[in-house]
Amino acid sequence: MNEYQQLTWQGVWKNNPALVQLLGLCPLLAVTATVINGLGLGLATTLVLIGSNCTVSLVRNVVPNEIRIPVFVMVIAAFVTIIQLLMNAYTFELYEALGIFIPLIVTNCAIIGRAEAYASKNPVHYAAMDGLMMGFGFTLVLVLLGAMRELLGYGTLLSGAHLLLGEWARDLTITVFSSDNPFLLAILPPGAFLGMGLLIALKNSLNHRVEAMMANDDSPKVVSRARVTGDAQG
Amino acid sequence: MKFAVASSPHHRAKRSTGDLMRLVMLATLPGVILQIWFFGWGNLVHFAIAGITAVVTEALILEVRKRDFERAIKDCSALLTALLLALCIPPFSPWWVSVIGTVFAIGIVKQLYGGLGYNVFNPAMAAYVMLLISFPVIMTGWLPPYSLTPVSHNPLDAAWIIFTGFTTDGYSLEQLRMGIDGHTMATPLDMVKTDLTQSLTVSESLARPEYADGLSTAWAWVNIGFLLGGLYLLKIRAIKWHIPVSMLAAMAIAAGILMLADSDRFTSPLFHLLSGGTMLGAFFIATDPVSASTTDRGRLWFGAGIGLWIVIIRTWGGYPDAIAFAVLVMNMAVPLIDYYTRPRTYGHRSEHKKVIRRQDEQEGK
Repeated sequence: MNEYQQLTWQGVWKNNPALVQLLGLCPLLAVTATVINGLGLGLATTLVLIGSNCTVSLVRNVVPNEIRIPVFVMVIAAFVTIIQLLMNAYTFELYEALGIFIPLIVTNCAIIGRAEAYASKNPVHYAAMDGLMMGFGFTLVLVLLGAMRELLGYGTLLSGAHLLLGEWARDLTITVFSSDNPFLLAILPPGAFLGMGLLIALKNSLNHRVEAMMANDDSPKVVSRARVTGDAQG
Repeated sequence: MKFAVASSPHHRAKRSTGDLMRLVMLATLPGVILQIWFFGWGNLVHFAIAGITAVVTEALILEVRKRDFERAIKDCSALLTALLLALCIPPFSPWWVSVIGTVFAIGIVKQLYGGLGYNVFNPAMAAYVMLLISFPVIMTGWLPPYSLTPVSHNPLDAAWIIFTGFTTDGYSLEQLRMGIDGHTMATPLDMVKTDLTQSLTVSESLARPEYADGLSTAWAWVNIGFLLGGLYLLKIRAIKWHIPVSMLAAMAIAAGILMLADSDRFTSPLFHLLSGGTMLGAFFIATDPVSASTTDRGRLWFGAGIGLWIVIIRTWGGYPDAIAFAVLVMNMAVPLIDYYTRPRTYGHRSEHKKVIRRQDEQEGK
């Protein structure tokens, strides 16, 4: 695996910010009541990650070690502000729906974590790839959790897609079932915690299964044969 | 002459888990009969649904976990959970309520934590809370007792309304819920709570005709039924006295203090003890051997905590009854309680000899 493949593998699966590092749980649990909310926050976080990783990587040799954390936080805050203003301008309703959680991306530990752990030690192109893949992994979990909760809670998928994608996306909404008694638990915070726990459990069990399969394949087949006839002599 | 050996832990009755669970189920009988008498056959139908769901869920999950599911089902713990949950669900809720609740209780609250003996929370109560916050309208839809319902319903009607939403005569649940004068009826706890927000006093609320005409007596009788069953459990020593006694005492004391402070805004201890699920909670739910505290002193604290929380949540909380919330809150406190109430190991002396000596004096040794 070259570095890019390694970064992809780490970001999406092996070191997934949400499922393995368990970082950024506050927005993750709070906004994933629908797919589109999750996707919106995921995209915003990804953009911030790429931007902050690139910038941090560029300035990594200039910033004195003692004050690196405040500098990183300010870089991140700047990007969050840009994203926030952009969303305010172009996807206003989604901006309203996500509310406080957009400015709170600043405090998402996944971002400062990548800046500190990877971007401040590696060249720009790798740092950008790391940001992209970590953001992608995070978005994936947000969307998955959002889909679980939206399906159970409202019986729909992709409702409110027009908030993010524009008017044409209004028809994307899929209504799987409709009920007079929505399953409120899925939409309320406990549903987020339960769903998150189940996702982590699923990931771990898949991991174990794959590892067990790999271990079976790797072990050389030792055929042991007891010699019973002494020296073969014809 | 009878020679009773009093000291040392002598194990007297050898009951298996299954025996114990069946005994507890048997002891709910007086309460169950009274509940059916006053509120119809719905709870029994729900018990059937929940029981089947519980056994199937337990078997499926144990099969996935590659455990021996036959033994786990024979110990009846899943059935007991199903029974306790079915008794808490309003009798004529739709069938899927008890299915979802039981799957949650057995699958998530019990088996995900490792099965019988490992669950942190009381499965029936966790499931009840889950249902209550998910479907608040259905879960607070108690019917008025029989004597106040304009239409009669039989076991077939009960099953019919649970599965289709209508009785065999075509009455909907909403129609059944309307009392004599077209008032929507609720439990006494509900009624007093609503009336208090409409600036009536407690005594005014309790003087209303619906209440006097049977609402209070029905709930009081159901509670007395569970009290009888609980006393039977105490007599045969299936449960210890610590949790129920401390819980009921704490409730009575807390409610008493509140009532002395302002009897217009706070209900009497007797009202608290005989309404809602108090007795069911005290003797059958809080005493769950797995999720309750394990030391005697700890049980006293555990029970008292539940009693206190019930009064607090009933008085100031958003939901009418509070047994489930109180039990879950104290379940969370159990590790802490157990840590601070560890009994002295037999034959060892505590390092704080003074403390021990003081205890000995108190116990009159």
